[in-house]
Amino acid sequence: MVELTLPKNSQIRTGKTWPKPAGATNLREYKIYRWSPDDGQNPSIDTYFVDADDCGPMVLDALLWIKNNIDPTLTLRRSCREGICGSCAMNIDGSNTLACTKGADDITGAVKIYPLPHMPVVKDLVPDLTVPYAQLTSIEPYLKTVSPEPAKEWLQSHEDRQKLDGLYECILCFCCQTSCPSYWWNGDRYLGPAVLLQAYRWLIDSRDEATGERLDNLEDPFRLYRCHTIMNCAQTCPKGLNPAKAIAEIKKMMVERHV
Amino acid sequence: MSRPTAAAKRPLSPHLTIYRWPVTMTLSIVHRVTGGALYVGTLLVAWWLVAAATSEDWFNTANAVMGSILGQLVLIGFTWAMFMHTVGGLRHMLWDTGVAMEKHVSTQTAWASLVASLVLTALTWVALYLVV
Repeated sequence: MVELTLPKNSQIRTGKTWPKPAGATNLREYKIYRWSPDDGQNPSIDTYFVDADDCGPMVLDALLWIKNNIDPTLTLRRSCREGICGSCAMNIDGSNTLACTKGADDITGAVKIYPLPHMPVVKDLVPDLTVPYAQLTSIEPYLKTVSPEPAKEWLQSHEDRQKLDGLYECILCFCCQTSCPSYWWNGDRYLGPAVLLQAYRWLIDSRDEATGERLDNLEDPFRLYRCHTIMNCAQTCPKGLNPAKAIAEIKKMMVERHV
Repeated sequence: MSRPTAAAKRPLSPHLTIYRWPVTMTLSIVHRVTGGALYVGTLLVAWWLVAAATSEDWFNTANAVMGSILGQLVLIGFTWAMFMHTVGGLRHMLWDTGVAMEKHVSTQTAWASLVASLVLTALTWVALYLVV
């Protein structure tokens, strides 16, 4: 359901402004969402100043600089620092993206950082992704076959393999999922762009033999058809993929099997 | 030590208020709002027709209301809502066939449909003022 305001326990108060690092001449201001499960307080926005001359170019570099030099309690997920693991997905400067591939210089003014939107917060910039993971499980994101297993491997023509381009690159960071207003309002029933892109990845795979069953599972006013082509998913994907197009292709498959 | 927090106690991260609206997102909600406005506009048209069918007095009253400055502003808004929703509808029809969905193309068609709706509204009303 559409809820424009945040629940009482989620409303954001003004937080702490941390002292500027001594001797730094090239300061960059960061305003970061903080929430701890331990102090019983509402979330807040803390202000930090990063010495840009002493710090790498990416937003993730700045977050780790803050963690190392100012406030070790700042909590975030990160792993590969090169845009392939999807751990450091967060809302930076108003859009969802990966902190490790987002250059701080691409942002004007203070860098504002929030967790992925409209998700339960575990701590600071760490969202609880239980629901999207469960939704991913529900579409059975693996090869399903009934034919006898081949002796070596399931073969595929070059043309059929090319149909997976723009789909297999998804790293499941859930930037698109949490950018979608339809998912914000109906995330309990709508599968969301990331999960539907995965669904299409298996629907279009020439080796998969469960296409009908997969389409049956998606044929639902909420699971699939809550996509209203708002296009935030395609606008925000840090890998340049297009979940909206994948969803449109699923809708086309639905029509095609009825005519 | 941190004890496991009940999921219900977790705050909800901010969404609408912190998200930077791409033009495609704006036009999506505009498409809905104009769709709703068309219901109201159609009621106005129905009221005008009923007035015309009722009596000369009623018809004159309806004409006076719609011809007033405020009435004309509402009608201009109704015209724009109609064009905006029509152009937006064409855009959605294209999308339903799976074309023009690329990130930059959808941004371009968003701006184009906004401009088209404004130009069509202006042309319509200029033509109306010239004729009447």
